[in-house]
Amino acid sequence: MTNNTFYSQILLDHHMHPSYKEKIDDPTMVLEGQNPSCGDDIWLMVKMNGDVIEDAGFQGSGCAISQASVDMMLELVIGKTKKEALELSALFMRMIAGEAEGDELEDLEEAVALKDIAHMPARVKCAVLGWRTLNEMLEKI
Amino acid sequence: MKDYKKDFPLFDHYNGIYLDSAATAQRPAVVLEAITRFYQEENANPLRGLYDLSTLATERYASARKTVQHFIGADKSHEIIFTRNTTESLNLVAYSYGLSRLKPGDEILVSIAEHHSNLLPWRMVARKTGATIRYLECNADGSWPQDYFEKMITDKTALIAIAQVSNVFGRTNPIEKIARLAHEKGAVIVVDAAQSAPHQKIDVKALDIDFLAFSGHKLGGPMGIGVLYGKEEHLQEMPPFLRGGEMIEYVTRDSQTWAELPHKFEAGTVNASDAAGLEAAIHYLTSIGFDAVSAHEKELTDYTMEGMRDIYGLKLIGSDRAEEHSGILTFTLDGVHPHDIASILDADGIAIRAGHHCAGPLMQYMGVMSTARASLYLYNDKKDIEGFIKSLSEIRRKMGYDK
Repeated sequence: MTNNTFYSQILLDHHMHPSYKEKIDDPTMVLEGQNPSCGDDIWLMVKMNGDVIEDAGFQGSGCAISQASVDMMLELVIGKTKKEALELSALFMRMIAGEAEGDELEDLEEAVALKDIAHMPARVKCAVLGWRTLNEMLEKI
Repeated sequence: MKDYKKDFPLFDHYNGIYLDSAATAQRPAVVLEAITRFYQEENANPLRGLYDLSTLATERYASARKTVQHFIGADKSHEIIFTRNTTESLNLVAYSYGLSRLKPGDEILVSIAEHHSNLLPWRMVARKTGATIRYLECNADGSWPQDYFEKMITDKTALIAIAQVSNVFGRTNPIEKIARLAHEKGAVIVVDAAQSAPHQKIDVKALDIDFLAFSGHKLGGPMGIGVLYGKEEHLQEMPPFLRGGEMIEYVTRDSQTWAELPHKFEAGTVNASDAAGLEAAIHYLTSIGFDAVSAHEKELTDYTMEGMRDIYGLKLIGSDRAEEHSGILTFTLDGVHPHDIASILDADGIAIRAGHHCAGPLMQYMGVMSTARASLYLYNDKKDIEGFIKSLSEIRRKMGYDK
């Protein structure tokens, strides 16, 4: 039974009571991310102050994994520089691919709750939707 | 309740609850044996070898075709074309009949509930011929408004593409009536029978169907074989779909003549082993009989619907009568995305489908992004349903809701 790890309390909290699922003032950039096959759909908003992600938020709908993953991601990257955020994103992608283990995962904090998605190929795209969209944004900014 | 599970070897190895038979069914042992027997005793390239073994293979392939012919009540065995699956069968009709017969101003009527495989080929035909697509829009439960087809089918209608049973609703469409109205206006009807062939007796003559497509794998046959039935008068006139070996009579430097039906539409080495497997699947099903299959499915569907009624926030899509579901139960659960439903059920060893079911336009029409679908077949039993309902009833709480 993977229930206990897969839909952990951390994941459910971020899904049911997200901290960043709201519009922000004066975003530097807004970008939509979609998983057409699932219907996961998010609008990610980021406000930069120089090189630092000063504030961020999102709106959208979709499965618990996609929505919780975005919320965890924003908790992690707000206050970080663009470079740090891109590094976290790369680490997250490696974790989901089952290629990152142990201590280095500590940097991902609560997002480690999604580690077991690596064993569920059909749900990988849900977990990475937010990160994929953030990457695309940061590369344009 | 009769136990059919023992006929299906997968259940000797798989301890889960399989409720995704509308995606693909499990195969009875007789099908696996027929495939093995073909390769062990009869394997040669059919239709071309001038020796005994090839004749055996050819006879097996021809026998499978006759079995399919009788299974759907066709007049002649050469009206049965073997393909890879329903999708290929429908594409064959679209590329061959559609592109050569349709013209600007013609209308193609496509049900809004169609699987993408009975929509996208027609969209291609419309784009290339100048014909237009018009959607047939069903009610929210998959039924049709009063006198709807009388209104929609007009002198402009050239072709109607519709499933006999929708893979979302499970409801049987009034094919006989639609075919009659189509023929009155000089149109043809193309029927996707992927979800009906496993569950009900089909009679292409009585229904007066022009083209009918289904897959072997949804009725217990192998994955690599499908069927296209076409009326001889259409098939004779149609150009080939794929060109190459086995489908010609003479080839010179500058010209060729096509082989007789059905070979004109079966280019390349044919899939005789899977045809043998399909034949065994049909024999298995008909030996049980569709009356028994339907009664079994109805009892289980009733049982499932009863359990679903007690689950908070659960909405069943389609008819409220079990016999109008063909074993397909599509549903939503308030506040829980269908992919989360599927993942939580999977953790309890239960296999269902979640997503758009290859019916994007229908999902948009119904105003849902996606749905969950449990689909059952003759090897399911009450224990499966009890496990499914128990797990289903716990999902909202597992997702953090009070009830």
